[in-house]
Amino acid sequence: MRILIPLVLVGGLFALGLLGSVPGMGWIFGIAFPYLAIALFVFGLISRVMKWANAAVPFRIPTTCGQEKSLSWIKQNKLDNPSTTLQVVGRMALEVLFFRSLLRNTKVQFVDRERLVYGTDLSLWIGALAMHWAFAVILIRHLRFFTNPVPFFVTFIEKADGFMEVGVPVIFVTTVAFVVAVGYLLFRRIGNPQVRYISLIGDYFPLFLLLGIGISGFFLRHLTKTDVVAIKELALGWIRLAPVLPESVSPLFYGHVFLVSILLGYFPFSKLVHMAGVFLSPTRNMANNNRAVRYINPWDYPVKVHSYEEYEDELRDKMKAAGIPVERQ
Amino acid sequence: MPKFDEPAFYKHEDLLGVDWHPPKTEWMETPVDFRHGTYIYPGKAKNLKVLDLPNPRDWSVTADDWQLPDGWKQIVLDGIADRLSKYRSFRIFMDTCVRCGACADKCHFFIGSGDPKNMPVLRAELLRSIYRRDFTALGKAFGKLAGGRDLTEDVIKEWFYYFYQCTECRRCSVFCPYGIDTAEITMIGRELLGLLGLYVNWVIEPVANCYKVGNHLGIQPHGLADTLEFMADDIEEATGIRVDIPINKKGAEILFVTPSGDFVADPGIYTCMAYMVLFHELGIDYTWSTYASDGGNFGLFTSHEAMKRLNAKIYTEAKRLGVKWILGGECGHMWRGINQYMDTMNGPADFLEVPRSPMTGTVFEHARSTKMIHLMEFTADLIRHGKLNLDPSRNDHIRVTFHDSCNPARAMGIFEEPRYVIRNVCNNFFEMPENTIREQTFCCGGGAGLGTDENMEMRLRGGLPRGNAVRYVQQTYGVNQLAAMCAIDRATLVTVADYWAPGVKVTGISELVVNAMKLTGEKRRTHNLRLEPIPGMAEDGEDADDE
Repeated sequence: MRILIPLVLVGGLFALGLLGSVPGMGWIFGIAFPYLAIALFVFGLISRVMKWANAAVPFRIPTTCGQEKSLSWIKQNKLDNPSTTLQVVGRMALEVLFFRSLLRNTKVQFVDRERLVYGTDLSLWIGALAMHWAFAVILIRHLRFFTNPVPFFVTFIEKADGFMEVGVPVIFVTTVAFVVAVGYLLFRRIGNPQVRYISLIGDYFPLFLLLGIGISGFFLRHLTKTDVVAIKELALGWIRLAPVLPESVSPLFYGHVFLVSILLGYFPFSKLVHMAGVFLSPTRNMANNNRAVRYINPWDYPVKVHSYEEYEDELRDKMKAAGIPVERQ
Repeated sequence: MPKFDEPAFYKHEDLLGVDWHPPKTEWMETPVDFRHGTYIYPGKAKNLKVLDLPNPRDWSVTADDWQLPDGWKQIVLDGIADRLSKYRSFRIFMDTCVRCGACADKCHFFIGSGDPKNMPVLRAELLRSIYRRDFTALGKAFGKLAGGRDLTEDVIKEWFYYFYQCTECRRCSVFCPYGIDTAEITMIGRELLGLLGLYVNWVIEPVANCYKVGNHLGIQPHGLADTLEFMADDIEEATGIRVDIPINKKGAEILFVTPSGDFVADPGIYTCMAYMVLFHELGIDYTWSTYASDGGNFGLFTSHEAMKRLNAKIYTEAKRLGVKWILGGECGHMWRGINQYMDTMNGPADFLEVPRSPMTGTVFEHARSTKMIHLMEFTADLIRHGKLNLDPSRNDHIRVTFHDSCNPARAMGIFEEPRYVIRNVCNNFFEMPENTIREQTFCCGGGAGLGTDENMEMRLRGGLPRGNAVRYVQQTYGVNQLAAMCAIDRATLVTVADYWAPGVKVTGISELVVNAMKLTGEKRRTHNLRLEPIPGMAEDGEDADDE
């Protein structure tokens, strides 16, 4: 059920989106929902990040994954155990751009039922990296629709992305990589018994959504006649806040746009906020310089302690008998 | 017949070849099975009263009624809301998990038990499901469909079971792409349970002892003096040297703080003896304290507040005694407390001076605010400057491996100092496999207050990955000693090693150091600090049996 519900949901949403091409419905699916989605995305994400930012950080608690800075002749691991802000930036860059922690992934197995071995397991790292990077490139490529003239880096990335020069129009590497990677992540979530056990509807839904967006996008470019000029007119209209609905756009396009709208609107209220959250994770974005630089807890308060005086009062006779110095005789 | 709190009760074949496949029932529909050997006895009312903690009463884990206070549900929900605003870590960790499962097989308790709720992700979901239900828009609207569930007494029981089945070792946090730290979640989870008066006695009694008497074991000042005196006797027998024992000495240069586990438990006591020999040989001006007679801090396993209440003694005592700086012994979680919390909680220590080694003149700039350094930093610096007269061949009968303790590894990053010291005092040092050491080190299975005998099944299961790695170096390199700079390790790894790698003994690093040291005025060293004959040094000239 946890798989079926989101699958049916995404299928239904896609079918609903197709209605955009019905005369009179275009403004709902081509204008109202996209704007609503953007508004939800922007304000939802800001509100979520504000909630995080407003939560205090009482202690400096980095997870240290290498030698700390200590004695001068001992080599510090600056990226896995940073002690300065610059080193923290380096650690975060590795984390955000290359998923450093996921790269460490191992898989445990029993050999002969008695010996544990830990093998390197890069499949999740590769799948996740491929999905995220392909998604980023696809987003950049889509800037073509929103800009006039098209900036040089968009054209450049397009050229690079289509270097294999297969098909007319050219098939982009990232399109294939994206769909394959999302497919793999979905396959892994269903096929790995432990991961399936922990998975919620909220884990499958975004995957089906991304898959739907990727596949419909592929169809739009390669398998159906799509009026690119008309779509660009619409996209530029969105940007100029004066959208004009084109007449000759296929239902498929509306389905694609609706799924994207759902993704944007759903984003801030789901686990997808990890995109922003990773930057604020205290175990990664803080320096391990606690003993050198004092950290202040903004909500620190005095606590009840058992003072030395109380302690000595209770134990003075025993201390004296044992020859331990006391404050008061 | 052995009982459930003894290792012999458990057959190796029952604990090996763990089936990691999850059960048929979904986790929210799978109730906790409180069976002997897997849970810890509840905190006694008298201990809660010492600490003014809420709802003190004597209760039973297996009873249906846990005697929760009136309005307990609201207490927990308010507690969550309060902590969501006080701990960004908590809020972020509740929101960002994508359930990728990278953490799943990184937890020693999951590897050893196969219980899916010991996957770090699911341990967090126990709490996250309540957060989703009551604190997120989707959860409020869609409830179970959005992964939420209602807060019931069964949820509280589940929390109690699994938050005391986590050793806060942070290994999962190394592998998490968002750095989600289950230790943080467990700490918050235990705080929430604490609001209802739910503690385990193995944690809360030490906290009460430490609060009242100065150390977890409740050793009173005269008892501590006697203990150290007995150790001095044994030192004299082994080395021919009578060490002095400065206690609560005003005006000493250095306050020495170490976990109290080293005062009583074998083999921790030999590490404690080693400290005394080392300081005596160096002739440094130091003192023990009876008031701050524990660097360990079970408050860390209770609540942030309890941690602060216990930790306060160290700086208070340093000020009262007028020392210049503080030296800390070989301990694990104590160093998480000192490295990540002490200065923030109870600083600034502006009445102290930046630690400076009286032997080498080295100024420990990296501790310029906290004013406290680790004994391994101190010792590594001594060796580097040739201040110790070492004969590592005295340890030639020892083939040693080194266990990185969780907290010094992942909450501090002290990896090279202990290795440098060991290599200089032992000629035979062998590392365990690389996925089991340094930042990927495995817990002993008994940290964070879980090292009690009624929890034996979980200790053996949780200790399996570590024990397995020790077994590997034992078979491959003939390793016969396991060094660890943590008092909990020195207590719990003995059980783990005896069970999973019998024949391997546990030792502190300082013990190895002192056994290799040529001491001024020493007699012919025929016996080590354990008063065991040293092979090749026995008085009759023949190799004595070291076992």
